[in-house]
Amino acid sequence: MKLLTSPNLAEPDDFYEALIEMHRDLSDAQSALVNAKLILLLANHVGDPDVLRAAMAAAREDVA
Amino acid sequence: MSYAYPTYGYRRPPELDGAVRHCSVIVVGAGPVGLTAAIDLAQRGIPVLVLDDDDTVSVGSRAICYSKRTLEILDRLGCGEPIAAKGVSWNVGKVYQGEALAYRFDLLPESGHHRPAFVNLQQYHFEECLVARAQALPSLELRWRHKVTGVAQDDARVTVTVSTADGDYTLTCDWLVACDGARSPVRHMLGLDFEGRVFRDRFLIADIRMTSDFPAERRFWFDPPFHPNQSVLLHRQADDVWRVDFQLGWDADPELERQPERIVPRLRAMLGPDARFTLEWSSVYTFQCRRMQKFRHGRLFFAGDSAHLVSPFGARGANSGIQDADNLVWKLDLVQRGLAPSALLDTYDSERVAAADENLKNSTRSTDFITPKSAVSRTFRDAVLALARRHAFARRLVNSGRLSVPAVLTGSPLNTPDGDAFDGAMVPGAVAADAPVDGPRGRWLLEHLGGEFALLVFGHTPPAAVALADAPIPCRIVQIGGRGGLADVEGLVAARYDGRDGTSYLVRPDQHVCARWRSLDPARVRAALARATAQP
Repeated sequence: MKLLTSPNLAEPDDFYEALIEMHRDLSDAQSALVNAKLILLLANHVGDPDVLRAAMAAAREDVA
Repeated sequence: MSYAYPTYGYRRPPELDGAVRHCSVIVVGAGPVGLTAAIDLAQRGIPVLVLDDDDTVSVGSRAICYSKRTLEILDRLGCGEPIAAKGVSWNVGKVYQGEALAYRFDLLPESGHHRPAFVNLQQYHFEECLVARAQALPSLELRWRHKVTGVAQDDARVTVTVSTADGDYTLTCDWLVACDGARSPVRHMLGLDFEGRVFRDRFLIADIRMTSDFPAERRFWFDPPFHPNQSVLLHRQADDVWRVDFQLGWDADPELERQPERIVPRLRAMLGPDARFTLEWSSVYTFQCRRMQKFRHGRLFFAGDSAHLVSPFGARGANSGIQDADNLVWKLDLVQRGLAPSALLDTYDSERVAAADENLKNSTRSTDFITPKSAVSRTFRDAVLALARRHAFARRLVNSGRLSVPAVLTGSPLNTPDGDAFDGAMVPGAVAADAPVDGPRGRWLLEHLGGEFALLVFGHTPPAAVALADAPIPCRIVQIGGRGGLADVEGLVAARYDGRDGTSYLVRPDQHVCARWRSLDPARVRAALARATAQP
């Protein structure tokens, strides 16, 4: 399976609001922890190692 | 300043010399919303008096983006053409991060609409067009430099105290519409709530006159090299005037930032050393998101900024206020003529509160994206912008303002729920979509729907339905295709309404769909009409 980068969220603005809301009242360190947990949960949900590697490469792109 | 402000003359009112006046409707405030309401009322034959404490149009360009829906409403009020002609129409927006284009959008990707997604026009031009129209209506009276200083109501009437240079006088009216802006003196006089919050950020608006070959499109920069760590918005207006909006941050000193010697270098950094421009108007502002609990208080109605305030990202201020007026006036007209109960007016409150909440939600989300409130929010914002350069999914998450579209009144008690299956967007509560047609009233469907109840019928109108046009609340029959019907010249009416032979739509005077069927039964249409006018 290939990494999907075309739009797939039914309500992108609802998702983004919930994502930011998830961090409400957290310190920066707590936010980093919550983000890491979120990535691990989603990675387990995705499962496919090729998709996960492609996502990691896309995330790393343009970052030194 | 290149614009010559008109001065509308103060006249001594006859009430100061003993005359007694009772009005059907008084509108407080001759801004975009008040003028829209007053023109619509007068066109429907309801006498209306407009009181304004000033004697000219908006000072400064202020609201500059007028939406397709606003233009459609103004078409019905006889002002759409001059405003569309004077305004700069645009559909394309570009969003940059740093120097790089993150993505571009087209607001009106489909053809077959009379009006563009937006026109940009200075508020003073907009108001001047509306004042000219208002002055041409015999049952509309404008009183300039007449300041409302007192409002009281009982079950029978509203009593208004008005202050002028020559002294104070009193008027009474059946209904009062307060379109007196964000600081609404009427709201203050009555001690009414206005809950919400101030956003901790400051913005500088600079209107400049410049001859430039920049295209007429909306440009938005996150963190550009000429204004690091903040956002910048550029819009073209009429007469070679451009709006530049610089985010300054909460710590900026508003007095200092107002000085031309601070503003000009900011513009110079953006536009380059060779750009030739003159500064027309500037303002440093903060913004608030607020709304009143209720927009109807007995015989008083609040519309526009007096009732709700949103951030400017999304052009949801003036546009939503004009839709408030459009929603209220046909209801007031029916109630005033004794054709509908006063309960119909409660639906102004429920429908427009729902619309205001949608606008508040969207403009707050845009603000949170543009002005992240925490380090993690800022990180996500930057991640979205970085991904948007390469990946389509992230472009949907970029939020530099979700531009005003009319609210779909899905939860309205005036709607008749669907009994038949339909595809497409024309659900009960939606604004009727425009489409090209050929018929005696013009080349666009909305011209044929007009400002009364309309029954849009596909194919053929059964003889039993013809009488609907002569009922006490008349329902104009607009037939698409068939003998004597409008020609659906591009097939877009059928496509947008999922129309086939027998399909019919009941459309309200404000052009919102309120019921639809696969076959036309006059009894069901009458029941839907009764429901749409809150008949017991």
